[in-house]
Amino acid sequence: MHRILTKLKLYWPLTKSLQTGLLLSTGLAGYMSARCPVFNMGTILGLAVSLFLAIAGSTIINMWYDRDIDAKMKRTCNRPLASGQVTPNEALRLGLILSVLGVGMAIAMSPLYGLVVFAGLFFDVIVYTIWLKRRTAWAILWGGISGGMPILAGRALGLGQIDGIGILLALAVLFWIPTHILTFAMRYFDDYAAAGIPTFLAVYGFPVTRATIAVSSVVAALSIGAAGILIGMEWGFVRLLAVLSAGLFLLAIASVLRPTERVNFGLFKYASLYMLAAMILLSV
Amino acid sequence: MKISILDRILLLLTSLLAAWQIAIGVDKLSTLPMIAYTVAFGVLLVAGLLLIILGFEALDSPIVVIVSTVIPLSLSLGLVWEHLAAYRTVYLVFVIVGFLAILITRLLPLRDKLPVLVLAVVHGIAGLTIFLLPIVWAFTGRAAPGFALVGVGGALIGIGGILLTLLKAGKPLLSRATILKVLPGLLLLMTAAFVTGFAFAR
Repeated sequence: MHRILTKLKLYWPLTKSLQTGLLLSTGLAGYMSARCPVFNMGTILGLAVSLFLAIAGSTIINMWYDRDIDAKMKRTCNRPLASGQVTPNEALRLGLILSVLGVGMAIAMSPLYGLVVFAGLFFDVIVYTIWLKRRTAWAILWGGISGGMPILAGRALGLGQIDGIGILLALAVLFWIPTHILTFAMRYFDDYAAAGIPTFLAVYGFPVTRATIAVSSVVAALSIGAAGILIGMEWGFVRLLAVLSAGLFLLAIASVLRPTERVNFGLFKYASLYMLAAMILLSV
Repeated sequence: MKISILDRILLLLTSLLAAWQIAIGVDKLSTLPMIAYTVAFGVLLVAGLLLIILGFEALDSPIVVIVSTVIPLSLSLGLVWEHLAAYRTVYLVFVIVGFLAILITRLLPLRDKLPVLVLAVVHGIAGLTIFLLPIVWAFTGRAAPGFALVGVGGALIGIGGILLTLLKAGKPLLSRATILKVLPGLLLLMTAAFVTGFAFAR
């Protein structure tokens, strides 16, 4: 028992629990946007478990592939894989098992849902991490597309088909991703440079990156707002979403006009909080 | 001064109360008061979240003076629009001109006392409106007695505003540490008074 607990303690950081949790919340929100109030607790539990397994599995495979980069970066050099606490083979096996279990469970629940979950995993691991991340600054686009898959998958499970609102919701996450990733890349610019990653920031510079963040924040907020209205969200919640979006927009503008480390990291944290709040509002 | 866990909890409760008011509390009002209250509680909500994220250093920004003007101006506009129909247009003009005056005097590098004077006049009128109107209405029977709580909220926002303005002007009534210690609690009490006062009014 003690050995299992020790292993779990080592494995948990491999899943990037906060990031996985946030993506999981988008999947649940996607489902509930089509099926609220939720009466079938079995389905929602299956959705939560399958998405968690697939997202955690792909995250672990990414971490396995990027272990050489992680070892070069101050922020990540203490991760279990980079520091040698977990062997590469062990991590790869774990990642593959979780991914297969997650996708398999998703396909068993609904082939369409399983296909979207698999697409998310494929775009994230194969296209983003293995193929493009070390080659082009535009890899972030594919990271964004894979990030939009959980919410699309959740809605596809709820509806039994892919609709325009689902695509709008996936677009919202896609455009939210630059705010999340690029503000983070700014904070750890030296780390990424040391690892030799062609980040958007390294290729296009700080002013263009800040402007990109501001524009993508506006598009993300507009997409979520439009999806909320089309879903038939209560007007009170639309008002609340508009207020939270205004906060995101103003912070993005502040980061362009008066760029400081504090504003930049504030935007990063606010963007995460914003996405979580938006998902809760879409679900109720 | 570092923000404590208790401060964060109090600010989170403030933000949640403001969010509730925006989502549910202003339903069924006519368009302008709904927008005015949404803006006021929206500023409170976002300010609460930013203080949680950025800490009290966020208050050092010069934008704070401008943004904090929005709360009393929009709240008082909503109150006047709902309860003093005869003064709607006059007050709307005052709110627009007052806000622009504060904006201009804060953005231009003026070295005389004009910015402070403008701030005092605009804040003073808006603050007195929020403080007096609900209390007078409650005590004269034109609104439910509980509506007076909005006036209590007005008094609290006035206290907070004076403390912060004098602190930023370099003539603090209390030390910066003391003001920052009471600020989260004051914001929560103020928001709670507004929310319950508006709920009693309906």
